[in-house]
Amino acid sequence: MFGLNAKDTRLFFIVIALVAFAPFLMNPFPTDSAMAQFNAGYPDLMQRFVIFGIFAIGFNILFGLTGYLSFGHAAFLGAGSYAAVWMLKLLTINVIPAIMISVIVAGVFALLIGFISLRRSGIYFSILTLAFAQMAFALAASVLTPITGGETGLQTALSDPRILDGARDAGGNIPAPGLWGMEMRDSAEWVVSGWQFTFNVGYYLAGLCMILAFYLSIRIFRSPFGMMLRAVKSNQQRMNYTGLNTRPYTLAAFVISGMYAGLAGGLMAAMDPLAGAERMQWTASGEVVLMTILGGAGTLIGPVLGAGFIKYFENIFSKINDNVLHQWFAFMPDGIEDFLVTIVHPFVGKGWHLTLGLMFMAVVIFLPGGLVEGGQRIARLFGRKKKAADKETDASKTPAE
Amino acid sequence: MEAIVLQILSGLDGGSAYALIALGLTLIFGTLGVVNFAHGALFMIGAFCTVTLQRLLSYSHTVIDESQKDFLGNPLKVQVPYIQDWFGEAAANTIIDWSVPLAILFAIPVMLIIGIVMERGLIKHFYKRPHADQILVTFGLAIVLQEIIKAYYGANPIPAPAPDVFKGSFDFGVLLGFDANRIIYPYWRLVYFAFAALLITGVFVFLQFTTFGMVVRAGMADRETVGLLGIDIDKRFTIMFGLAACVAGLAGVMYTPINSPNYHMGMDFLVISFVVVVVGGMGSLPGAVLAGFVLGILQSFASMREVIEFLPGINQIVIYLAAIVILLTRPRGLMGRRGVMEE
Repeated sequence: MFGLNAKDTRLFFIVIALVAFAPFLMNPFPTDSAMAQFNAGYPDLMQRFVIFGIFAIGFNILFGLTGYLSFGHAAFLGAGSYAAVWMLKLLTINVIPAIMISVIVAGVFALLIGFISLRRSGIYFSILTLAFAQMAFALAASVLTPITGGETGLQTALSDPRILDGARDAGGNIPAPGLWGMEMRDSAEWVVSGWQFTFNVGYYLAGLCMILAFYLSIRIFRSPFGMMLRAVKSNQQRMNYTGLNTRPYTLAAFVISGMYAGLAGGLMAAMDPLAGAERMQWTASGEVVLMTILGGAGTLIGPVLGAGFIKYFENIFSKINDNVLHQWFAFMPDGIEDFLVTIVHPFVGKGWHLTLGLMFMAVVIFLPGGLVEGGQRIARLFGRKKKAADKETDASKTPAE
Repeated sequence: MEAIVLQILSGLDGGSAYALIALGLTLIFGTLGVVNFAHGALFMIGAFCTVTLQRLLSYSHTVIDESQKDFLGNPLKVQVPYIQDWFGEAAANTIIDWSVPLAILFAIPVMLIIGIVMERGLIKHFYKRPHADQILVTFGLAIVLQEIIKAYYGANPIPAPAPDVFKGSFDFGVLLGFDANRIIYPYWRLVYFAFAALLITGVFVFLQFTTFGMVVRAGMADRETVGLLGIDIDKRFTIMFGLAACVAGLAGVMYTPINSPNYHMGMDFLVISFVVVVVGGMGSLPGAVLAGFVLGILQSFASMREVIEFLPGINQIVIYLAAIVILLTRPRGLMGRRGVMEE
């Protein structure tokens, strides 16, 4: 269906189902239970899941297929964000033009940087992209302040022209980005005996974008173009010796993945019309590399899993504080309770980085293929009983070389 | 002319730090073929060796001093460092004053052990894994180390002053025949540069003129053959990892008076050090040192007021701009070898 084979179609439908029912799946615990800490079904976090999912899917098209490790991908995300916020300021508060322009701007930016950086390969390519991104970051934070808002960031203001909206939003409040009357931050809530589910407009818009992005990425992976990119990964020299110029293919992959990053940036700005320079910093570029490798580079579903994994733990662990810990261990005798809280304390709250670092190490040490490989191993462990699951993960796993 | 000399001088200390870290990175990469993202963290741990030693030296007990009274007329409680009991007051004050240079002695064994434990415990298992995995696991390790330091020492920078002798500045201009007070340079930065030069020379001498160094160089060129000759090359490479950790750590120890140590200083240096390594050329030790100083001095020139007025923002981007220009004109950096890390 949709030009996909049976396995891919199944994977695609699973992703659609996951995105559509995320408000339920992410909220498995009643709101007043002790486990509610682990709920992730609030709009802000769900939006981040899908937006970073898009970012990682795009990065994977470049890194997973061609093997070119870009260390400056956040620059495109940042450029997309700025473009989107400017669109919201100048043209209209409707997010559609903002998202479109963010993709275009990021694409042009990627074309420029890719054209220069792709002259080199390996670590030299990585450092070139890193250098461009760091330059973009430094300039955005300092000299380009009139365009980027400097360190405070770019945001919408009441006095913005918003040509298409005219005087419609002349009220006292800064209008929130929206879609024909719906605001991105609007949510419908549904309370069922202790459970509370939130359905957010922005989340579903971003989710729709992610489904489209995912579909496109499957098609790219399965196309002759994708095959060519994989050939570049396995042996670029041989490709060149057969008289084929690989540069246009790698450049196309670079621009496509830059446009994905721009889409992610545009969506971020659409959810919250604020774009800051720190989105371009190397740590942000590093994050998407981590997401992709952690999930499983070169696999279809891996980057999305990796993005979800990192964003989930980032949020959940940083939320847990000593009070919560005391609540959890309250059933134990006082001495042991305090002891356990002291032990766990450095790993949560402000120390969540520590947990995240340990998790990276654990995943990389024990699961060389990322989370996807972990899934495959579990599936294999259960053998025939989970044959269906095995096939799914097989479908998502494409040969690395 | 004076301005140029001054900029070159002030570029030297930043350049020294880059060169030392890049040297360690290249040592690890050249011997073990591992991209070590935790190298910045080693630099940071070195800096915190100074802090630790400072704390150890000033570890004190409370003594009730009958000769002094507080405002209520009670005898004053004073904190007396233990070393004061052992060596007397004057000696103790000198020792505390000199805690930064003393920390070198303290840091060498600590860094060697950390380096060797790291290599044997973690990096060893990653030789055959792709570079991406190495980057990821060492990056994870860097975060863990950084967070441990943060949990123990807190998030604020901790000042570690230089010895009194080296405080203040040195009128360099007079020495070179310029007017007085035109080229002022802090003593400690001069010390830092001298120290870096000494350390770099030491590493090169060690590699070039000792049997151990010769074996290591042979191993860098062709690990398998050296192994076939019956030399336990793994052991030597482990020691080289410890040595590289030591170089990074010592760079951190001596850097503390210039910049108070904080837990994220490693990450701040890491990215630029990687740029330095790559600009120098992957796997080339002289390249790393050269690139470190070149980029340090370039950055210093770009921070001149006249240059910034002419090209606003150039001081923020000059290192990256230089890296791009160098990599586009010289495909393998300044002194890189063909075929290293190009796939």
